[in-house]
Amino acid sequence: MDDCKDPILLYTSGANTQITAFAEGKYRVFGETLDIGIGNCLDKFGRNVGLEFPCGPKIEELAINGKKYLELPYSIKGMDIAFSGLLTAAGQYYKKGERLEDICYSMQETTFAALTEVTERAMAHTEKNEVLLGGGVASNKRLRNMVQIMAKERDAHFFAPSKDLCIDNGAMIAWLGLLMYNSGIRMKVEDSFIDQRFRTDMVDVSWRD
Amino acid sequence: MTKKTILYRGAEAEICLSNYMGFKVIQKKRVRKSYRIKDIDSRLISFRTKEEVKLITGARLQGVSVPIIYDVDRENGTITMEYIEGKRVKDILNELNERERARICEKIGENIAKLHNNDIIHGDLTTSNIMLFDDCIYFIDFGLGEKNGEVESKGVDLHVLMEAIESTHSRHANCFDYVLNGYKKELKEDANLVVKKIEEIVKRGRYR
Repeated sequence: MDDCKDPILLYTSGANTQITAFAEGKYRVFGETLDIGIGNCLDKFGRNVGLEFPCGPKIEELAINGKKYLELPYSIKGMDIAFSGLLTAAGQYYKKGERLEDICYSMQETTFAALTEVTERAMAHTEKNEVLLGGGVASNKRLRNMVQIMAKERDAHFFAPSKDLCIDNGAMIAWLGLLMYNSGIRMKVEDSFIDQRFRTDMVDVSWRD
Repeated sequence: MTKKTILYRGAEAEICLSNYMGFKVIQKKRVRKSYRIKDIDSRLISFRTKEEVKLITGARLQGVSVPIIYDVDRENGTITMEYIEGKRVKDILNELNERERARICEKIGENIAKLHNNDIIHGDLTTSNIMLFDDCIYFIDFGLGEKNGEVESKGVDLHVLMEAIESTHSRHANCFDYVLNGYKKELKEDANLVVKKIEEIVKRGRYR
């Protein structure tokens, strides 16, 4: 991970799906979901078919035994992506009585291919040759595998943190705090607050160039 | 088919220079991606090749200059089309005098309106994808395009061009106003709706 200097980040979690990278003083959003996050898409489907939360790992397990690819909407616009049409279509396959394993397999293959494609587009657009995964869905082996193949085919470097660092954790917040502190940023604890609408591209990044 | 020279390798396709029945041609080939299963790979390559050809021929039917399509191979994702001899607008725009620059930009705007009148969204309107040849404006690379009549899509289409002009031709940012002048002249629906949409998109503050 130490060798990862200036990557395109594919950030896939429950609520968020973004492709971000450092450009001109900020971590900018080059692409993102136009409707729901990928994790949310998988969880919603899982709950509808009676899987336990969090549904991602369960879907990953079921997908291993998927044999038949069921066609699902593949929706990307430039570097943006959408999942709600696919979620509806997957639900319809379930109602029609298709094997759950096949639906899970088809969902993973379709959504992850789309994620990998927009990530590759962002790499070509920004001319960066490193790709980093982050967020809970980055624990998925198939997603890791796809992005890794894509990186290899364009002679780029692939990085993914260990699973415990993909999900919400204190280490990443502490690390960012340290970087910010060392770059001279100071803030009192009582002045800090939570802003759920905050976006990565709203912060001037003073701790790197 | 004779020997090929690769001109450009993008995320999705390779652009080759070749020869077709004596004509100098461009071959755009969508590359297979081994990270995705064959079902998805074949479907995407075939569908996108078809869509791109439909958009290019659709533009030509409306009298907008685009490369002539000589051949299509959906299965292999290859489009063989005319090689445009002209220059990219990106390379000449900064060199023109103000009057010429205004004239060319208005022409660009008029042609974009002709596309939009027929719900053709180019999808990647940068000055690298617009060419000037024989005083004609040519549009190339409809790879991100779609058929869509919504004001939102037309606004996004123009917003991409606005950003391209601001970043690549920052000393001549007024060029986009010239583009809009031409656009307003030619657009059949109320162009102010599209202009308002562009302002709304700017306010959303996305970075590309």
